[in-house]
Amino acid sequence: MKFFSGWSLIRTYTLLVYIWMFTPIVAVVLLSFNPQQFGSFPMEGFSLKWYIRLAHNATILGAFKNSLVLGSLTAILVTAIGIPAALAFVRYDFPGKETLNTLLLAPIMIPEVVLGVALLLFIRWLQQPKSFALLLIGHVVLTLPYVLLVVQARLVGIKREYEEAALSLGANPFQTFREITLPLLAPAVFAGMLFAFTISFDDVTATLFWATARNQTVPVKIFGMLRNSISPEINALGAVMIVLTVSLPLVAGYVLRKFARGAGK
Amino acid sequence: MKKSSWKPWALLSPSLTAVFFLMVIPVCFVVVYSFWLRAPTGSDIPAFQFGNYAKFFADFFYPSLLIRTIRVALETVALCLVMGYIPAYFFYRTESKLKPLLMILIMLPFWISFIIRTLSWINILGDSGLINHVLIKLGIIASPLPMLYNEAAVLMGLLQYLLPFMILNIYVSLDGIDKSLTEAATSLGCTEWQAFKEVTLPLSLPGVSAGCLLVFVLTCGTYLPPMILGGPGNDMIANLIFKRIIGTLDWPFGSAISTILIGLLGVIVYTYNRYLGINQIFKSLK
Repeated sequence: MKFFSGWSLIRTYTLLVYIWMFTPIVAVVLLSFNPQQFGSFPMEGFSLKWYIRLAHNATILGAFKNSLVLGSLTAILVTAIGIPAALAFVRYDFPGKETLNTLLLAPIMIPEVVLGVALLLFIRWLQQPKSFALLLIGHVVLTLPYVLLVVQARLVGIKREYEEAALSLGANPFQTFREITLPLLAPAVFAGMLFAFTISFDDVTATLFWATARNQTVPVKIFGMLRNSISPEINALGAVMIVLTVSLPLVAGYVLRKFARGAGK
Repeated sequence: MKKSSWKPWALLSPSLTAVFFLMVIPVCFVVVYSFWLRAPTGSDIPAFQFGNYAKFFADFFYPSLLIRTIRVALETVALCLVMGYIPAYFFYRTESKLKPLLMILIMLPFWISFIIRTLSWINILGDSGLINHVLIKLGIIASPLPMLYNEAAVLMGLLQYLLPFMILNIYVSLDGIDKSLTEAATSLGCTEWQAFKEVTLPLSLPGVSAGCLLVFVLTCGTYLPPMILGGPGNDMIANLIFKRIIGTLDWPFGSAISTILIGLLGVIVYTYNRYLGINQIFKSLK
């Protein structure tokens, strides 16, 4: 029941906030189809010109490849170290638990600029050059807290009783892990990887410190292109990024639901 | 909950090692480096002196960047509150079937690249952007209004980045309020507005304060919006750090500025945690 007299005002206000939030994003997608030379209004038709030009731009394609490889490796590495940590926090009691949890979540609260400087300074002191490895370990640190939060939230829902039942029915620990724990864990692993991939794929600030001319990622490349001015090509690239990073979780969510239904039979 | 002496530590060790070597030590290193001397050529000289800090506070230029950063962060917090509380309240009270969809939409920006979201405002505020285009078409103005490369444009970028954090923090707090409390208040004679003011609003304050802290901290470290949407006079502290480290390669001075920034945020977060507890913030991020 809505007895609040200002309810329609609240609804309108919320709608306006949504419009404010999404108009710029819609504009990027819309303008990417504008054949006009400058990425601006008015729309003068509909053309795929900028997408075609994008597909022929070797440096952007190279950046895309870098971003994909970096995002995927980050996702694999960070879930490999993050899932055990999340299990430790959800399943066990040990001294200093709260403090350690806060420590592992701390990178969220530390400005990315500082993380960028810190790791770069450390690497410099070790007399190592900037490399792909630096980007990779940097992205692992950046994404770890988010993966921990997401995975812990999922793990809380998995009851220990299932594993205990399997063990008491005669399965050995390895069988229990393979048949019970792993399938139950799969959605959490998947969510963690997806999150890590997106954060790594989108990161700019810290990556600007760590990237070299040879291993630029897409956002770093866009940052460089912006120096000149906003071109329709940037809008097209932006539209591709939006579609990619937004559709990924939606598709993944759909696949997961199918997967879960299949497992539930 | 199981008690085991070694298992949790074995599970935690990879993450702890990574955070220790890739975050804790490097950040300590920044602090140590801020006392070093810059060598005009070659490598920097280990030392323990406060010259870099003295340089920062020597004239008004550097502290003014710090003050601007804090001012912009406070403005962002205030605007996020004004823009975020009502939508969060809408989510709490709505019985619309569209609620899940609307919630996904509010989280959608998290999935969209920060740089794209930032530069997208150029299409709106620029000389040939949406607003100027519409105003000129309507005959309200003759030549485009300069709306880009000023503090307002920076705030637009910051708000779009941070508003979802604020909305989610407030919503998590509101969602934990038992709705029968407001019903009790109204059945005892409160008006809707009084029930909101006396019951709902006070109970939502933990989320409000958590959202404010998160927005403040994230704004203080922000680099992109001032860089892309701001003019020469809108640089914030992160832009200064970037310029000193990547631009002029002044590592000791850059480290000193970084130390001042984390020191400031550290004091704020510590004080907050002491009186209000920090864990509320992480609730909304799940």
